[in-house]
Amino acid sequence: MSHSHSHSTTPGQAEAHSADHGDVKSYVIGFVLSVILTAIPFWAVMEGDLSKSTTIWTVVVTAVVQLWVHLKFFLHLNFVTEDGRASTFSFLFSALVIVMIVGLSIWIIYESNAMMMY
Amino acid sequence: MSSIPSSLNPNSDVGGHGDGHDHEHHDTGGNTIFGFWLYLMTDCLLFASFFATYAVLYMNTAGGVSGADIFELDFVAVETAALLLSSITFGFAMIAAHAQKKALTLTWLGVTFAFGATFIGMEIYEFHHLIVNGNGPGESAFLTAFFSLVGLHGMHVSAGLIWMTIMIIEVLRRGLGNQTVTRLSCLSLFWHFLDIVWICVFTVVYLMGAM
Repeated sequence: MSHSHSHSTTPGQAEAHSADHGDVKSYVIGFVLSVILTAIPFWAVMEGDLSKSTTIWTVVVTAVVQLWVHLKFFLHLNFVTEDGRASTFSFLFSALVIVMIVGLSIWIIYESNAMMMY
Repeated sequence: MSSIPSSLNPNSDVGGHGDGHDHEHHDTGGNTIFGFWLYLMTDCLLFASFFATYAVLYMNTAGGVSGADIFELDFVAVETAALLLSSITFGFAMIAAHAQKKALTLTWLGVTFAFGATFIGMEIYEFHHLIVNGNGPGESAFLTAFFSLVGLHGMHVSAGLIWMTIMIIEVLRRGLGNQTVTRLSCLSLFWHFLDIVWICVFTVVYLMGAM
């Protein structure tokens, strides 16, 4: 809460605000990276004759990198401006909760599934 | 305070205790945008629970089709391209809006709407195609989870398109005042956020399902 509290009292709000929305360059960089990071996993699944585990890792890693690209170049999350920090930390907290919801659900259900079979 | 929509009022104390109000006049809507961001974070949790449900249920096909039988990746690649293009065109619309270029903002918003509508049109086609072939949401736990997750994302995109239509009308009638730019900023967060969710959808549902 303290970071969001302080951002409303920052005198240099105007300059901080302009750093929070990007320019043409950042959108174009983000777009080009996204195209590459989308093409690789689609190619790996549709055309590539990689082993199954290599394919899964390719798909997961490119997805995670592309999430970062979108957060940085399209949503302009950062640790530099006050507004950016508040948004970034609230996102990181949500990401932690999501990892717990999804990860633990899958773990619990798959373990109980395995126990029912034997 | 009157500039903050009533739906965001529960969040308004987050932006500061008392000192928030006097900044309201010259603040370009930073509190509103941050409040909207917090809503998006709760929306993340909603999507996360749908993803968890899908991950748990996707193998339960009840003797019916699995993902590998019904997913057409060429089709999904075009959907993905439409959504990604709409993300960058919305970025250009925001740059134009901050530069107070009304005609350019409207043009980019129109292009973004067209890409978004293409995406939704393709998704409706896909759902219709599945249902008429006897693979509707009631056939198996897998299909229920699939329609719920992809449909939830599609409903968000549809809501974004309705919101975009309203914003186009607002820009046409009122120009690019502070309040309008703040609303456009919230919509842009919403739109980019949906593209991020789509990355997870095409990775977890379509690519992993088609393997």
